[in-house]
Amino acid sequence: MTANARPYREARAQKGLWASTRFLVLRRISQLSFLALFLSGPLFGIWIAKGTLASSMTLGVLPLNDPFIFLQSLAARHWPEGVAILGTAIVLGSYLLLGGRSYCAWVCPVNPVTDLAAWLRRRLGITYTAKVRPELRLYFVVGVLAASAVSGSMAWELINPITALHRALVFGLWSGACGAGAIFIFDLFVAKHGWCGHLCPVGAFYGQIGRVSLLRVAADNRAACDDCMDCFAVCPEPHVISPALRGERSGTSPVIASGDCTLCGACIDVCSKRVFNLGLRARSGVAPTNSATVTASASQVAPTRRSPERVAP
Amino acid sequence: MADSGAGNPGDPRRRKALQEMARFGGGAAVAATMLTGFGVSSRAKPAQTLRPPGALPEKQFLSACVRCGLCVRDCPYDTLNLSDWADGPAVGTPFFVARNVPCEMCDNIPCVKACPTGALDHSLTDIAKAKMGVAVITSRETCLNLQGLRCDVCYRVCPAIDKAITLETSHNARTARHAIFEPVVHAEYCTGCGKCEKSCVLNDAAIKVLPIEIAALKQDEHYLRGWEEKKKSGAPLVDAPLKLPVRKPDAGGAP
Ligand code: SF4
Ligand code: SF4
Ligand code: SF4
Repeated sequence: MTANARPYREARAQKGLWASTRFLVLRRISQLSFLALFLSGPLFGIWIAKGTLASSMTLGVLPLNDPFIFLQSLAARHWPEGVAILGTAIVLGSYLLLGGRSYCAWVCPVNPVTDLAAWLRRRLGITYTAKVRPELRLYFVVGVLAASAVSGSMAWELINPITALHRALVFGLWSGACGAGAIFIFDLFVAKHGWCGHLCPVGAFYGQIGRVSLLRVAADNRAACDDCMDCFAVCPEPHVISPALRGERSGTSPVIASGDCTLCGACIDVCSKRVFNLGLRARSGVAPTNSATVTASASQVAPTRRSPERVAP
Repeated sequence: MADSGAGNPGDPRRRKALQEMARFGGGAAVAATMLTGFGVSSRAKPAQTLRPPGALPEKQFLSACVRCGLCVRDCPYDTLNLSDWADGPAVGTPFFVARNVPCEMCDNIPCVKACPTGALDHSLTDIAKAKMGVAVITSRETCLNLQGLRCDVCYRVCPAIDKAITLETSHNARTARHAIFEPVVHAEYCTGCGKCEKSCVLNDAAIKVLPIEIAALKQDEHYLRGWEEKKKSGAPLVDAPLKLPVRKPDAGGAP
């Protein structure tokens, strides 16, 4: 199976330009707005958000703190002040509602970099990808916390390319942006969706929150799926799709339950059959699927092959 | 799913689970070791690094500072910088270079107030008690005052003038007619703001602010200062002054 180099073509033909790029446009707007909040101060003297994604203060009243950095601080045996605790609680609370990894798709400055690499990969027809197991990033989470405990400093923050890139953009420390370049090369030539999908411990940590968060993508209309595989081609975490999309026979819920889903909505955009939706985890409109014929567990349902008669024109 | 043999050592499921655990542990250990080595190696603080007022001792500081730059943003004099990879101090942490922009010792210490984590200790409310470093005359050979000239610039700009720096006079043996006005720093009052270093008129400042750990070492505990012990105990340490023989030619005591 070769990935479709132009997966959006059919969706655009069937649903129109807006419906097939909606989430992409909204995400870019969201990412740019977050950056603009931080840049309005240094560029125009209008201070909305101060600080960086590690810890920020918006309009002097709203503190926000990265929970993973907070954890590293605890591991390194520092109990932060009240403001940092409050800021962490606010962020944790929001991602419990909005889906942990929505941070990855809607806020993180690395996302446009990896999206560009993935897009170039499809366009240049680069199919080689190193086999990296997705749970490698969980090792990193544990490793980072252990290293923080032993070294007594925030281990990940010494090399974290996310905060380095954000600092580069917000404080103009350009050497800090090298990490973004390395990620780009890695994703383009070494492993498909390699950084976000296999290595980044920040995303892995948010993914753990995402396992219980309220907002979810679901293959509500999975009966309409014609196995074109376009969603697998664009999804940065394709393994999350199968259980929900192919789980009809086994009675698995159409809700994408895996915390790895970044809620980027690429599957919603790319599907010409309008199979996917974004909504709350518990949905009222979803008819219970045929649970009488439960035969296999979700993980055993393999994605079916692209049907030969549906090869793209 | 019958659990007939899951606990059995030969059971493939159990073996697989154990393998998974071993792999997970191994992967985590590799990642942790690499990061720890890096973390420990980058904990060294370059000799010229000055932290903002109220900064915890370096090791605690590194476990507390989340590298957000809020202190940098709230400093009205743009004194503070965030460290870039090439700068020396742990990447992303705040520092300042006294010779470029010293600390103006704001009364309300906005940098400390801005710090969300307590890496800058909020119990510091009197900037005169700050200990960012301590000034040291690093070059007696070039300091103009020590050459017998009158410069006094560092003394005059010091916010704690006559406490943190005083001018001590001594005889100028070279001219035999003038005095030397030596700037002397008193670590007890010096905040390490760096205004003296900034304003030194020489191309290479003869007075520099050094981090406390480098400049002001702890007094050795096995050397006691008699006059301090006397104050502490409220009485002389020896009962009576020693009686020594008077050595005078006509006293007759000495040979
Ligand atoms: S005391 Fe004032 S001048 Fe000094 S670092 Fe803090 S904010 Fe800046
Ligand atoms: S405000 Fe505090 S936590 Fe943030 S960079 Fe400054 S010292 Fe570090
Ligand atoms: S660093 Fe210099 S100017 Fe500042 S308090 Fe110390 S002696 Fe005075």
